Amino acid sequence: MSMPFYVSPEQLMKDRADYARKGIARGRSVVAVQYADGVLFVSENPSQALHKVSEIYDRIAFAAVGRYNEFENLRIAGVRLADMRGYSYDRRDVTGRGLANAYAQTLGTIFSSGGEKPYEVELFVAEIGDAPEDDQIYRLTYDGQVADVHNYAVMGGAADVVAAYLEERYAPGESLDDAIRLAVSALGHTEEGDRVIPAEDLEVAVLDRTRSQPRKFLRILPARLTQLLGDRGPSEPNPEPEVESSVPAHAASGAEGPPSPPPTSTGSGDDDAPIAPPG
Amino acid sequence: MSLSASDPFGSSARIPASYMVPGTSSFSDFLAGQAPDLLPSRRSLPAGQAVDLAPHGTTIVAATFPGGVVMAGDRRATMGNVIAQRDIEKVFPADEFSAVGIAGSAGIAVEMVRLFQTELEHYEKIEGTTLSMAGKANRLAALIRSNLGMAMQGLAVVPLFAGFDHATGGGRIFSYDVTGGRYEESAFHSVGSGSVFARGSLKKLYRDDLSDGDCVVAVVQALYDAADDDSATGGPDLTRRIFPVVHVITADGGRRLPDADVADVADRVISGRMQRPDGPQAGLS
Repeated sequence: MSMPFYVSPEQLMKDRADYARKGIARGRSVVAVQYADGVLFVSENPSQALHKVSEIYDRIAFAAVGRYNEFENLRIAGVRLADMRGYSYDRRDVTGRGLANAYAQTLGTIFSSGGEKPYEVELFVAEIGDAPEDDQIYRLTYDGQVADVHNYAVMGGAADVVAAYLEERYAPGESLDDAIRLAVSALGHTEEGDRVIPAEDLEVAVLDRTRSQPRKFLRILPARLTQLLGDRGPSEPNPEPEVESSVPAHAASGAEGPPSPPPTSTGSGDDDAPIAPPG
Repeated sequence: MSLSASDPFGSSARIPASYMVPGTSSFSDFLAGQAPDLLPSRRSLPAGQAVDLAPHGTTIVAATFPGGVVMAGDRRATMGNVIAQRDIEKVFPADEFSAVGIAGSAGIAVEMVRLFQTELEHYEKIEGTTLSMAGKANRLAALIRSNLGMAMQGLAVVPLFAGFDHATGGGRIFSYDVTGGRYEESAFHSVGSGSVFARGSLKKLYRDDLSDGDCVVAVVQALYDAADDDSATGGPDLTRRIFPVVHVITADGGRRLPDADVADVADRVISGRMQRPDGPQAGLS
């Protein structure tokens, strides 16, 4: 007669968290930086078609790392939620906080339910207001935790190193040019040395409150990006192809996978207080 | 804050599974599955004519010029013999490169425009690319078609759709009938109760080499002629300074002309009509 295995709940949750963290740590980082006119997102993403940063609504944007199919589902759900709410109420009634809460509930339920594998994703939901003080960036982790971050935030594979670079150099109220240059050099920074990421391999988008249209989201395409970045010396594409969505999760995150540091790092520790659920 | 159960955005529950299912990029299809009561056309009316229940919007004109298209609408809504509103807006941006003007039952038309705007934006966000001009025109046709039942009871919506098509490099105009029939128009078109007079006016004034400014003058003249002969179309209101809504769409996108600019054009048109009330004279041959 075989002995049933006992796994303690602590161990079960830890295993699930390790599983999700490993998946997230394989992808490249996404940086969100607050600048004078809004919020900037930068990611190294050679694909022009599969975006990591997207528009949700007038003043709300979404960025994600991890498994493409999972965060793409969350993105589409977010667009549907926002459009449904904007259509049935009014455009002003769509808020980043509401969206962040819906994502948190979804990720949290999936993480703690036994039936589903945890999502290997981390998200930013950003919303801009009329002034820099009103801008919000929410960071959501695979287990449904929400943190309200300020100034800058990094998620993905090398989040610690990139965040440390930003912490030394970030200043509030920067211009768009300065913020892009800072974010791009932070993404190219590793402990071994700095790399110049080619402009074509960067995905850059902003929520820009100075745009005259109600929809404030704007992608900055390589032609304009090259101008904004100026001369940076010879560029080096990332030698390792990204693995995320193409590799089956169970094959890639087995016991033989390399141990990865937990990809958690935010702007400033004091601001990480979880936000309250909607009243 | 209390919200209905069908609105997961406000509640603290997990996003419903149906929101996470990939598939449709159409907001109206999604709405039909999730909250069909929000669709403007999904209503069962008791038998009988509803035509006098709600205000009607009237005349919309559109005309192309090299490099773009102009759409304009008068500001009157009528209920039978009563002027229900004298400053209603009946021309709306559908997205960055197109505009839609509405004639017919105003309440349903405005709701349909809101759905159409959401439809275009939703597709753009989900797919990461905009619909083609013909694709947009067909989506609008589908919305009109679903309203046929109400149209037969007198609550018809007849839009005019115009925009800049990057594929052809010029402005395009589409008209519709209540069954959802979609017809591409060349050069210029008008819909609504004053449309016959507006179209007659544009026939004499329109040339295919008009500048954008002259094209605006031509459509304002056409609306003046429509108001001259159709009681349901509002003319320029000089005492209240209410003038037509004019949208100009080019390769750079669409914009509504500022009221001051339209007022200038209208004042010029009116001062010409002071000399010649029937408007500019066309050559005989």
